[in-house]
Amino acid sequence: MPEPLLSLEGVHTHIGRYHILHGVDLVVPEGELTVLLGRNGAGKTTTLRTIMGLWRASAGTIRFAGQDITAAVTPDIARLGIAYVPEAMGIFTGLTVRENLVLATTAGRFDAARLDAVFALFPVLKTKWHDAAGGLSGGQKQMLAISRAIVEARRLIVVDEPTKGLAPAVIEHLIGGFRMLKESRTTILLVEQNFHMARSLGDGVAVMDDGRVVHAGRMADLAADEALQSRLLGLSLASHQ
Amino acid sequence: MKRDIAPWLVVPIVALVTLPLMSFPTWVTLTVAGAAMGMMIFLMASGLTLVFGLMDVMNFAHGAFITLGAFIAVSVLGRLAGWTGADSIGLNLLALMVAVLAGAIAAGAVGAVFERVIVRRVYHSHLQQILITMGGLIVAAQLVIVVWGAQPLQVPKPVALRGSFLLGGAAIESYRLAAVGLGVVLYAVIHTVLNRTRIGLLVRAGVENREMVEALGFRIQLLFVGVFVAGAALAGVGGVMWGVYQEIVTASIGDEMTVLIFIVIIIGGLGSITGCFQAAVLVGLTTNYVGYLTPKLALGSNIALMVLVLLWRPRGLFPVAKQ
Repeated sequence: MPEPLLSLEGVHTHIGRYHILHGVDLVVPEGELTVLLGRNGAGKTTTLRTIMGLWRASAGTIRFAGQDITAAVTPDIARLGIAYVPEAMGIFTGLTVRENLVLATTAGRFDAARLDAVFALFPVLKTKWHDAAGGLSGGQKQMLAISRAIVEARRLIVVDEPTKGLAPAVIEHLIGGFRMLKESRTTILLVEQNFHMARSLGDGVAVMDDGRVVHAGRMADLAADEALQSRLLGLSLASHQ
Repeated sequence: MKRDIAPWLVVPIVALVTLPLMSFPTWVTLTVAGAAMGMMIFLMASGLTLVFGLMDVMNFAHGAFITLGAFIAVSVLGRLAGWTGADSIGLNLLALMVAVLAGAIAAGAVGAVFERVIVRRVYHSHLQQILITMGGLIVAAQLVIVVWGAQPLQVPKPVALRGSFLLGGAAIESYRLAAVGLGVVLYAVIHTVLNRTRIGLLVRAGVENREMVEALGFRIQLLFVGVFVAGAALAGVGGVMWGVYQEIVTASIGDEMTVLIFIVIIIGGLGSITGCFQAAVLVGLTTNYVGYLTPKLALGSNIALMVLVLLWRPRGLFPVAKQ
């Protein structure tokens, strides 16, 4: 079996005096979209932030593309080719849409083909190109946040709850965007509580509870097993379509 | 997004409202004087607002860089007595520019050491920042006394910049006009760097959300050191200009400006260069207008102005979105 692009082994994270992650084991295979599920407070966001080095793992190992990044600092982790879309989106509201995107380019200029692909995914960004990002709607900000992660080729995109608080029509649009990314074999680790989206996009799935991964497998298997869904998530995916 | 123009109107409104209350020449004199004072305050305050905006660091020792700039002016202009006393505007201005450059370099260099030795250790604790930078200010004042002595020193103002000239009946101090010119030029430079360069883009982004800037692959620490050094250098320039304007400098010249600088960056909105510029001019104008119209209120006018602005806009005239 080939080595996964990203792997976490026994990762513990403390925030202040709170012990949040209790030995997380997780693998993200290359070219797949892996969904991280779990109730609020299960440790999903902490896991993503620990991967990005925004919170330090107190024990365990995080490997990316064969390299131990457990002790690496955030900018170095990002430069390895990991893009991060936080739950709050991390949009620079005082900057224009263009400025937000140009910051995500290493050389400070756009690859025309790549930019066209971004506009194909989210055409509204082209019309708002010189507008302040603070004036965008919630959905548009999320599109900008995801565009920032893909405006240059990345090896892994880590996305935290992109549909939170968005209207159903916008969610459908985002699902379309993620489908296009999947077709290009982009590796994605997606934290999501919208089961419709999770099921329709996920190749692999990991379910977290109380700071550890309690189930890992294929999304198709979880989607087909209502008893497992009920045990792991307390509800059936079918009821959330 | 609709542009919020209200804060841009404050300075013009304050200037126009006071016009009917005095003769036009008096108004011109007070306005130029207020603008000049505002420019010098802006130079002294601009670095502090960026440092706070970028790293949440409250540097109460910022006044030490102003003091250093003022004493550098004493030394440089003292050594260039031939130029400052020459009957040549060119040589006079050149002397001032050499002092400005020396003040910027000296304050920037001391700022780099100060950041490395003191500020870097207390990034995550406001209480420690306040205590240690206040201590740094006291130590810096004593070091200035060790080098330049405890007695007030006179700064030789270049001949061409002494006195006033009449413009349509209004008396305009030459030095104030030079201060306005330098302030506008440096504001334009800072504004251009912040808005037209990648470094500036990173600084603006970092002021909003430094964690996200790091997640995009940039080392915010290096950026912060650069901003801290540039801010110290600007304070040094402000110190040179303020010292020459006062003509007498003491080791407490920077401390005396600290409260005023904090008022300016709070009125402008912490982290905003445009806000700092507007607030500095506003404070300069208000001080002069109130001092002329109701001298008894002059002492409290800046505090009153800050209270009024904060009642209207609790995060200052140009609030920076922080995440």
